Amino acid sequence: MSVDTVKQPNWFSRLAHPGQFLAWSRYLIWPLAIATGLSFAIGLWFAFFNSPEDYQMGDMVRVMYVHVPNAWLSQLVYGVMAVSALGTLVWRHPLADVANKAAAPLGAVFTALALYTGSLWGRPTWGTFWEWDGRMTSTLVLLLIYLGIIALWRAFDDQLKAGRIIAIVTLVGALNIPVIKFSVDWWNTLHQPASVFTKDGPKMPGSILTPLLVMMLAFTLLFALLQVVRMRTEILRRRAETLSRQAALQGVAK
Amino acid sequence: MIGDGAHIEFIAWAYVGVAVLTVALVAYVVWDSVRVDARLKALDKAGIRRRSDESKR
Amino acid sequence: MSAFRALIGRDLKLAFRAGGEALTLVLFFVMVAVIVPFAIGPDRPQLTRLAPGIVWIAAFLSMLLGLDRLFRNDDEDGSLTLLRHAGLPLEAVVAAKVIAHWLMTALPLLLATPVLALLLSMSWAQWGQTVLALLIGTPALVSFGALGAAVTVGLRRGGLIAPVLILPLSIPIMIFGVGMMDPLAGSGATLFLIALSLVVTAFSPFAAALALRVAGE
Repeated sequence: MSVDTVKQPNWFSRLAHPGQFLAWSRYLIWPLAIATGLSFAIGLWFAFFNSPEDYQMGDMVRVMYVHVPNAWLSQLVYGVMAVSALGTLVWRHPLADVANKAAAPLGAVFTALALYTGSLWGRPTWGTFWEWDGRMTSTLVLLLIYLGIIALWRAFDDQLKAGRIIAIVTLVGALNIPVIKFSVDWWNTLHQPASVFTKDGPKMPGSILTPLLVMMLAFTLLFALLQVVRMRTEILRRRAETLSRQAALQGVAK
Repeated sequence: MIGDGAHIEFIAWAYVGVAVLTVALVAYVVWDSVRVDARLKALDKAGIRRRSDESKR
Repeated sequence: MSAFRALIGRDLKLAFRAGGEALTLVLFFVMVAVIVPFAIGPDRPQLTRLAPGIVWIAAFLSMLLGLDRLFRNDDEDGSLTLLRHAGLPLEAVVAAKVIAHWLMTALPLLLATPVLALLLSMSWAQWGQTVLALLIGTPALVSFGALGAAVTVGLRRGGLIAPVLILPLSIPIMIFGVGMMDPLAGSGATLFLIALSLVVTAFSPFAAALALRVAGE
């Protein structure tokens, strides 16, 4: 336990101690996995069998059920990383940089999926796989930022130092993303009239909203599950590395 | 229900692509976790363990 | 303040003694513009139309190329450790190094732009606007570069990672810099670029200094 906490550490620091986290998060995995599987089953059933065609998009509306959740996660995961970066820099929390490292590849995959489904959605709608549309472009830039952060994680040997430096990069990126979004939108209106079809129409009928929300829940639960498992793996990996280093040192000493 | 099947190939590709990549991600995460577990077990078998683990907290 | 100025002078002197690095960078800058007509054809009206964008891309690439030297040498010979414990706050040290780096890399590029204007058949007005845009935008580019260099200072493979990290962050600078040429939205872009450049230049020394402190622990 840390030195500066007097007698009784508060509930949060007790829950967030890496050893404690390993203990209580174990009971989270199976419920999360079951909830994820169930909501995917329900969401896919809605998406395929219990939702009408959109009067404008036709069957293509079904692509939205996998596109929108991934687009939402691409931003949520960066939000999680930014919060954990604050945790690393302000409170030097031992779990925070583990959370950042665990989330980065997940965010990259979800962002890539958002782009992939977006381009498949765009082919019949816009007539091209890639349109330099404001959202597509800023999502692409977000993917580049994720990949840069992953590359930085892989380049460091000292993971504790890496955690704090990458926290700085993550926060700078978080401050920059709105600027990038704004500039890309500005650039987009400069180069083409605003006749591009907007994705979310003013009103969405409930029959489309239900599968969309269930699928968003399913993907968010999937992220939560993978994040917990990856954080556990990362803590254990660091433990294993420390142990083998100690063992090597003792072997030398003998 | 799925309608007349206009653009059906795009819908199919979207779902297949998402399914493949998501399953691959889950598989990678599970594989990574299993690998680290095995490494810790191997260390444990060699008698290398944390001091705090001998008297369970 | 005198320490601040001395630090800028030291960096400039070191760069001049090492000799020709600024010149090499200018050479690279011009060479990028030279290869473009080979790639897209020597059609003069088309070159005129693309010229501001080409100059910006060339400037972007040259700035990225020179990044690694910003802190790397000082880290390796130990002077960065000395500077960290100097009376001058590390933030001011970073700011001084950013200014010195701008004088050594961005200023020579600006002086070389007439050559590019000639090669790419830019009009005088176009050239003037491009130089103005670069003048406003390059401080922000160097500041982002300082952040990238500070973050990767302890890494052996940092040379490649820093550009990959800061390139996406620098996209708005590129957008507004080139956007200044737009006859309709140009004035808006100018204001956005000035604002962006001011904010980035003001804040990046703090972030870079924080990264340098962590890296040196």
